[in-house]
Amino acid sequence: MGRDRDVAPVPQQQVAQMVEQLLAVNPYNPEILSELENYVNEQVSSQTYSLDANLCLLRLYQFEPERMSTQIVARILVKALMAMPAPDFSLCLFLIPERVQMEEQFKTLIVLSHYLETGRFRQFWDEAAKSRHIVEVVPGFEQAIQACAIHVLSLTYQKIPRSVLAEAINIEGLTLDKFLEQHVANSGWILEKGQGRGQLIVLPRNEFNHPELKKNSADAIPLEHVTRIFPILG
Amino acid sequence: MAAYDYEDGPSGYDESSGSHRNSSAASAPQSAAGQDLGYNPNFVPDSVKSFVVHLYRHIREKNVYEIHQTYETTFQTLSERLFKDTPWPSVDAVASYVDNDHVFCLLYREMWFRHLYARLTPTLKQRIDSWDNYISLFQVVLHGVVNMQLPNQWLWDMVDEFVYQFQSFCQYRAKMKNKTEQEIALLRQFDQAWNVYGVLNFLQALVEKSMIIQILEREKEGLEQFTSTDGYDYNGGSNVLKVLGYFSMVGLLRVHCLLGDYHTGLKRLLPIDISQQGVYTIVIGSHITAIYHYGFANLMLRRYTDAIREFNKILLYIYKYKQLFQKSPQYEQILKKNEQMYALLAICLSLCPQVKLVEETVNSQLREKYGEKMIRMQRYDDEAFAIYDELFSYACPKFITPSAPSFEEPLVNYNQDAYRLQLKLFLYEVKQQQLLSGVRTFLKVYSTISLGKLASYMEVDEPTLRTILMTYKHKTHAVDSDGKITSNADVDFYIDDDMIYVVESKPAKKYGDYFLRQIVKLEGVINDMDRVKLE
Repeated sequence: MGRDRDVAPVPQQQVAQMVEQLLAVNPYNPEILSELENYVNEQVSSQTYSLDANLCLLRLYQFEPERMSTQIVARILVKALMAMPAPDFSLCLFLIPERVQMEEQFKTLIVLSHYLETGRFRQFWDEAAKSRHIVEVVPGFEQAIQACAIHVLSLTYQKIPRSVLAEAINIEGLTLDKFLEQHVANSGWILEKGQGRGQLIVLPRNEFNHPELKKNSADAIPLEHVTRIFPILG
Repeated sequence: MAAYDYEDGPSGYDESSGSHRNSSAASAPQSAAGQDLGYNPNFVPDSVKSFVVHLYRHIREKNVYEIHQTYETTFQTLSERLFKDTPWPSVDAVASYVDNDHVFCLLYREMWFRHLYARLTPTLKQRIDSWDNYISLFQVVLHGVVNMQLPNQWLWDMVDEFVYQFQSFCQYRAKMKNKTEQEIALLRQFDQAWNVYGVLNFLQALVEKSMIIQILEREKEGLEQFTSTDGYDYNGGSNVLKVLGYFSMVGLLRVHCLLGDYHTGLKRLLPIDISQQGVYTIVIGSHITAIYHYGFANLMLRRYTDAIREFNKILLYIYKYKQLFQKSPQYEQILKKNEQMYALLAICLSLCPQVKLVEETVNSQLREKYGEKMIRMQRYDDEAFAIYDELFSYACPKFITPSAPSFEEPLVNYNQDAYRLQLKLFLYEVKQQQLLSGVRTFLKVYSTISLGKLASYMEVDEPTLRTILMTYKHKTHAVDSDGKITSNADVDFYIDDDMIYVVESKPAKKYGDYFLRQIVKLEGVINDMDRVKLE
């Protein structure tokens, strides 16, 4: 789709570079619409992401609604969902006319984002399972959402019961064992025996689940501020 | 490299300006005469003659101070005295007093239209003519043939008015229901007028051609002066392109906010360091516009503390200095934006109660205006949502739909569409956060509490409580595009298995800053005392 010209396939990195360059030269150019659309497909297939390029495309759609492709918009939104916890999904919605948002596939995506935004992972995975045709078009979807869930869990928990983790990332049983094994090896997770109620997972320390790690930024004075008294000290 | 940028927008310009030139003598007076029968566009009172002659002379002599006086004071006084409800004399009538100077005539017409927009209702033809005038003016500037030195206030007013007229045009065009056939024919014919690409490309071209981003970069390394000279050029050059480029970044922020594109808007403002004074703070209008939109965009991006900090600073500034602007033509506008920013601050603090970021004076003003509403906003019932709705609607920018209307029957109004969408999405966000203030209240009174106990207090089951706590964490921790996490949380906590440990964020005392200020103060006192001794 979108590829109407019969050109030799351009290596992915070159596409990205070319689009970024087009954006740098002129971000308000209606002529780059089809390049941006191709770039969305490119992001889908190569599992990369550019919020700026996608917002630029949504902007062009906003200026000329008759050129809008809802299929592309749907892909942008799935990609934005995958960028959670960043607020990209809302950023995109701000630019999409309400009547377009009423379409069934967008309603579904909005519900999905709502579940993620409110930490309801169980409902999210149930809903996602019902809407495979929308989200499975984009490779890496599951892993991205799992990463998002782990991000929020790491902000919240020092130690998390296995069952809570399982529900949030939608992995169980032997697959979960393997998943945990990997994270113990690579991400510094530690498995502990809980008090009689199954496993506890110790998540890596950060300043949000271990507040004592928070650096006291109040003690630091930026150099520019000190320069104000240089003449006096001199 | 960007020549395309601005030549693309006005491609239909030659045609429209040609037809305008031929008809300006005949049609402009006609449409204006429709507004007031006593108005004769060709009559130039002596005071106006003297005004243009002086202004023209000061501009030629590059006397910025006198230009500013004439521009700010005399123009206002004359408008008040002679042109309260009629336009100024037409440019053709005054051209002969200023050697028919092309650029001066463009500047005069810019003011002519600005006055018309402020006092009367522009006709569609006048809106289109004003667009043509901006194009001619900006093209002259972009081609670098302007060697004037104009006051910052005037240059800001141009950018500000340009964006305002664009916004006004979009609102006007979106009200299709009552359009006459003639108006629709004009809209179709001049579809390039106030075209969104044209508007954005002109602002962008001013930014690029002026090299302002590079200038600000070089200034940081001490290789260039811009801020320290207030943007003026004391080496015989012109400040016009540079400063227009500078203000265009604020203009772009505003246009992007009007479009609901907050991320891009903030990106356009990035070259200006708003944590410091700069040329944008010299002109009160640009200062307020920059901070109002910066704050609003951050509010929509859920970066509440950034919004609160900057609202606090500017509200304090306005509180201290507003009497200085009492005579300014922008005074009313300043007061209105002041009120709107208090409303936005009330919203931010209701979603993110970081009151300690707010100065006492601002806080007491805020309590006076919105104290009672803010208490009700904490309740998260229907009434609370109604207040969020009310404050947002009162304080938000005038959102626009940038695309051209469908001229198919039946003609429909769509001027509210953009606003309704932004409002809806904002209220959606508020609803997602509705349980957080409840959690907050409990977290504030416990240092540790088990999930089970808190769940029973909040009358929810444990899994639901876990989701609420995760929502709290998610909503209070903003993540930027490079993955950096910033906490907006006033009360924070962590969970260990099924125990919640609460951490109150202590106010960070800035001793360093305090000492720095005292050192400077002490030095000042010692200097004063030295002087006293000498006398």
